[in-house]
Amino acid sequence: MELSYDIGGGDFVNAGRASSAVKGILKQLNISAVLIKRVVIALYEAEVNVAAHASAGKISVSITKDVIRINIRDKGPGIADIELAMQEGYSTASKEVREMGFGAGMGLPNIRKNSDTFNISSTPGEGTELEIINRLSN
Amino acid sequence: MKACPTEAIRVRNGLAEIMEERCVDCGECYKSCPVSAIIVEQDDFNEIFNFKVRVALVPSVLIGQFPSRITTEQIFGSLITLGFTHIFEIDSVVDIVQEGYNKMTGQKDEPTPRISSFCPAILRLIQVRFPSLVENLIRVKPPSDIAALSYKSALIDKGLSEDEIGLFYITPCAAKIASVKSPVGEKTSTVHGVINMEYLYNKMLHIILNGEASEEQHAAGDLTSMGILWSLTRGESRHQAGRSLAIDGISNVTHFLENLEDTENSQIDFLELRACDESCAGGALISGNRFLTVERLNGRARIIQNKKRQDKAVFQDKEYWLDPIPPRPMMVLDNDREEALRKLNKIEDLLKILPGIDCAACGSPTCRALAGDIVRGDAGPEWCVFLQELYLRNGKISLDEADRINSGIWGSEREYRSQIK
Ligand SMILES: Nc1ncnc2c1ncn2[C@@H]1O[C@H](COP(=O)(O)OP(=O)(O)O)[C@@H](O)[C@H]1O
Ligand code: SF4
Ligand SMILES: [Mg+2]
Repeated sequence: MELSYDIGGGDFVNAGRASSAVKGILKQLNISAVLIKRVVIALYEAEVNVAAHASAGKISVSITKDVIRINIRDKGPGIADIELAMQEGYSTASKEVREMGFGAGMGLPNIRKNSDTFNISSTPGEGTELEIINRLSN
Repeated sequence: MKACPTEAIRVRNGLAEIMEERCVDCGECYKSCPVSAIIVEQDDFNEIFNFKVRVALVPSVLIGQFPSRITTEQIFGSLITLGFTHIFEIDSVVDIVQEGYNKMTGQKDEPTPRISSFCPAILRLIQVRFPSLVENLIRVKPPSDIAALSYKSALIDKGLSEDEIGLFYITPCAAKIASVKSPVGEKTSTVHGVINMEYLYNKMLHIILNGEASEEQHAAGDLTSMGILWSLTRGESRHQAGRSLAIDGISNVTHFLENLEDTENSQIDFLELRACDESCAGGALISGNRFLTVERLNGRARIIQNKKRQDKAVFQDKEYWLDPIPPRPMMVLDNDREEALRKLNKIEDLLKILPGIDCAACGSPTCRALAGDIVRGDAGPEWCVFLQELYLRNGKISLDEADRINSGIWGSEREYRSQIK
């Protein structure tokens, strides 16, 4: 099954739409709560990053009986030093974003922690692409 | 049909049908149905006379419903006139409940936040819609059960024999009635019957206004202000250590739990969740105005503000814990993953042709619910009034067939049908 969602930069209200839709679907497939939670946390953090740091993004989700693959591609400033961005607590979030309760610098580390396979690539000045793959077998 | 938080209601043959495995007994349908199509099951009142000792277990919200000029003595007196021999105030045992909560705190492996099991509708909602959170439920029995158990043993200590004691719970709660009939976390229910408060209120008021209330004094239980307020919003949460939150109203609770499921560390220690708006003061079987009920109980609590309990609360480890609460997930489309995925694809395909306005004319509460019903084989795409119209126009179904479908949903007695023909 294939699904896709758009998110806008700065749109914190709709960040979370894709992850809650995906959660509803995984629940109907009788997937364990622990696995669902991993997928949902990873996807939610990725959505928030597009809203907080980029200008527009597209999410594609593909679900088979064994695996869920999520691709998040955005247009935005990109990340110059990925290794640095992956560190726990590192954040360039603006004051406004922090005041909304985001920007603790734990997003990317949590995405990696909650995915079985995690890939990130970025072109500064153009955008960022994440790939999150989780096996669905219990 | 749309009030249901688990989409358990369908209209068939002009009647509301409830899908039992999804129902959490919250009473929302009962409160909102425009034609009173929903009935709350209840025991025959005369069953109390099968017992020599007839105990009325009374929650504070019963008293809160009466106008302030009516005294507690009159209220209890009217229960005696109706045939009860003993009255016990349920909310006098909340110190024992709190003692149970205290026993659970500080245990390292307990998942947080801990969620109160007070409200039976919430308990069931978590079982069916949020099965990942069943471990968070605090397994301490609710006040009504502990009241029944402790008062029964007090009566036995006084020399009464167990089989002459009948315990009857007067309840504002549709979910409570259901949970006595099919208990969760208990092998059998502790009380012998539940009495619908709505039914009793009118009888009591009548007796009191006619001056027929008995003057015998029978109320037992050592009620404090903590007890009076326990079943109202923040009644539990204000007494818990750490960060605690109180949420009332089943849709508020559902939204909150959706988010909680996805959070790694909520930093909340205790959650008081109640299905009804204004908690039990807004129960389905409350006749009075819920805001006035809250206000009166606050007044009553203020009067005895400084009162302390005489005896010490003793939590009976043998009797007062609930058994483990099993998850009852209802969302799963099929236990076979491949089959479930196939059904899910079909639902998504159907959603592309259904209008998406959730008009409910098909007898299902939303277009997505109809799509699910179609995939389960319980409905057809031609049940949708918009698709039916299309099928009629291109000759895919006949007028007679359409007629049969529509009366299968809304019944054949509908007047408009004869008018149109
Ligand atoms: N989609 C993105 N586009 C541009 N920069 C990003 C993106 N995602 C993350 N970053 C950068 O990586 C940093 C760390 O991200 P993260 O761990 O999610 O923390 P936070 O979002 O709380 O700042 C961000 O502060 C930002 O500089
Ligand atoms: S809030 Fe009270 S009356 Fe309403 S369902 Fe829960 S326990 Fe019953
Ligand atoms: Mg982030």
